[in-house]
Amino acid sequence: MTPSSPDTPKAVQVTDLSVDLGGRLVLRGIDLRIRPGEVVAVLGTNGSGKSTLVRTIVGLLQAARGEVRLFGTPVPRFRQWSRIGYVPQRITAAGGVPATVHEVVSSGLLSQRRLFRPLSAAQKSAVDQSLELVDMADRRKDAVAELSGGQQQRVLIARALVSDPELLMLDEPTAGVDLASQDIFAEAIRERVARGTTVIMVSHDLGPMDALIDRSIVLRRGRVVYDGPPHASQTHAHVHPHVVDDEQRGWLS
Amino acid sequence: MTLFELEFMQRALLAGLLTGLSAPAIGTYLVQRRLALMGDGIGHIAITGVALGLLTGTAPVLTAILVAIVGASAIELIRARGKTSGDVALSLLFYGGIAGGVLLIGLAGQGAATLNTYLFGSLTTVSASDLYVVVGLAAVVLIVAIGLGPQLFAVCQDEEFARVTGLRVQLLNLLIAVMAAVTVTVAMRTVGLLLVSALMVVPVATAQQLTRSFRSTFTTACGIGVLVCLAGIITSYNANVAPGATIVVLALACFVVAAIAGALVRRRRAVQAPLADEEPEVGVPGPEPHVVTDEHPHAHSQKCGHPKVEHGDHVDYVHDGHLHAAHGDHWDEH
Repeated sequence: MTPSSPDTPKAVQVTDLSVDLGGRLVLRGIDLRIRPGEVVAVLGTNGSGKSTLVRTIVGLLQAARGEVRLFGTPVPRFRQWSRIGYVPQRITAAGGVPATVHEVVSSGLLSQRRLFRPLSAAQKSAVDQSLELVDMADRRKDAVAELSGGQQQRVLIARALVSDPELLMLDEPTAGVDLASQDIFAEAIRERVARGTTVIMVSHDLGPMDALIDRSIVLRRGRVVYDGPPHASQTHAHVHPHVVDDEQRGWLS
Repeated sequence: MTLFELEFMQRALLAGLLTGLSAPAIGTYLVQRRLALMGDGIGHIAITGVALGLLTGTAPVLTAILVAIVGASAIELIRARGKTSGDVALSLLFYGGIAGGVLLIGLAGQGAATLNTYLFGSLTTVSASDLYVVVGLAAVVLIVAIGLGPQLFAVCQDEEFARVTGLRVQLLNLLIAVMAAVTVTVAMRTVGLLLVSALMVVPVATAQQLTRSFRSTFTTACGIGVLVCLAGIITSYNANVAPGATIVVLALACFVVAAIAGALVRRRRAVQAPLADEEPEVGVPGPEPHVVTDEHPHAHSQKCGHPKVEHGDHVDYVHDGHLHAAHGDHWDEH
């Protein structure tokens, strides 16, 4: 971890963030700085606010207090969405009408497409590459609804990667996904990380992604209770935040 | 003189062709968003619009389109604000629309007969000026539905993802609602307000029995829409029955045929490639190969001195760094 000067824009900068959902405070006073190139796991039990944090960072939820900046720009004014790749928490990638793997992945390019224009040749090859990366190229013409859960999740990862994002946000990417698919997209993420992509991953169980993580953040009841290098006890299904920085211990008592 | 030479039939067929194209086009997006009944809801609201037109003496088509747009936008806004789910928002407008319509018709002093021409369509009374309006509106709907296809597809497929790609999701949702309202009023003269939703949904449901992609569902649905509209109008002329109802019955018949054909095709595919959907279980350790120890001088027991390890349903013994487990009359490496 190289020290960066304080004025280089962070990939994500969260300042004193509180979020309330239906009158209940789900996040309280979160402060985070994530440098470009970091691979961060956000851990915590159900209801600890992990997904809320990610959803607020990408602008799907509004901050009740505090601020989120992406690449130095406050989220409400942020417009360079092609720099962000987002994989929402999903059980299925299918809608009410059949759609092919290729069609779903192509929709990841919308941040770069102009209205009333067909896909360019470069964009088509980006879709093919992205499908190759998650090992779904041979299923490109199949309907997503016919795929297994793990394959659908791989399609969603391909959709997020197709725009070649600088910041990748994954919300529970491994939930309910078979090991074969987990391995494949750990490989896809590793390839992105090698190219300097910043990754923020919410998870219960990191599985094969474990080795990629260089920082973990543990949330508990909407607060950060651990922020530092990952260690073994966190990578299992149950997160026990034994290690707490001295100055943060007060929150738990 | 054949029916194609009759001027009113030419107009009817042209109106039917445009309805058959535009209703399934916008209907595909509604079905994809799982708001298949939205067309029906808007149809009910448009009844209030028609009644308002009759009451105030303005053109019912004009008031219908305005009230339908307001109602469709209201459904969208109520849905987007979160507290009320899409189907509840819809049902509120269903009831409001039909109650308002009946109330206003009564005030206007018009009977059920006038309302009927809008509820079930009256193709043969389509005038030349009606036709211009229908052509114009249908063209707008088709240009939007095809030209903004990728954007609308993304919004209907996964709204949250679409927002993170920077699309103006609220605006596009509103656009779909307004297009649906326009389509309903276009179809008001052909199939009528009560049956318009059928033309938006049934061709799409029929197409998706046989298709795998969104694009082919879209085009097949439009094709089916045009087919049933033209066939329905011709049949209704020959058999002297109501055109709107004939169109919808034909569409449903197509659905039944496609559902059966689709089931047969899928079954055939499944028989031909029974393992196509199964993935290789990469990464899952397979059962350990059954390795028998070369030679084993003694039987492990409580007393042999080798440490014991509980292993599922049996006990292994640590023997020179290996695990030995009893298997019949010999010992396996575990």
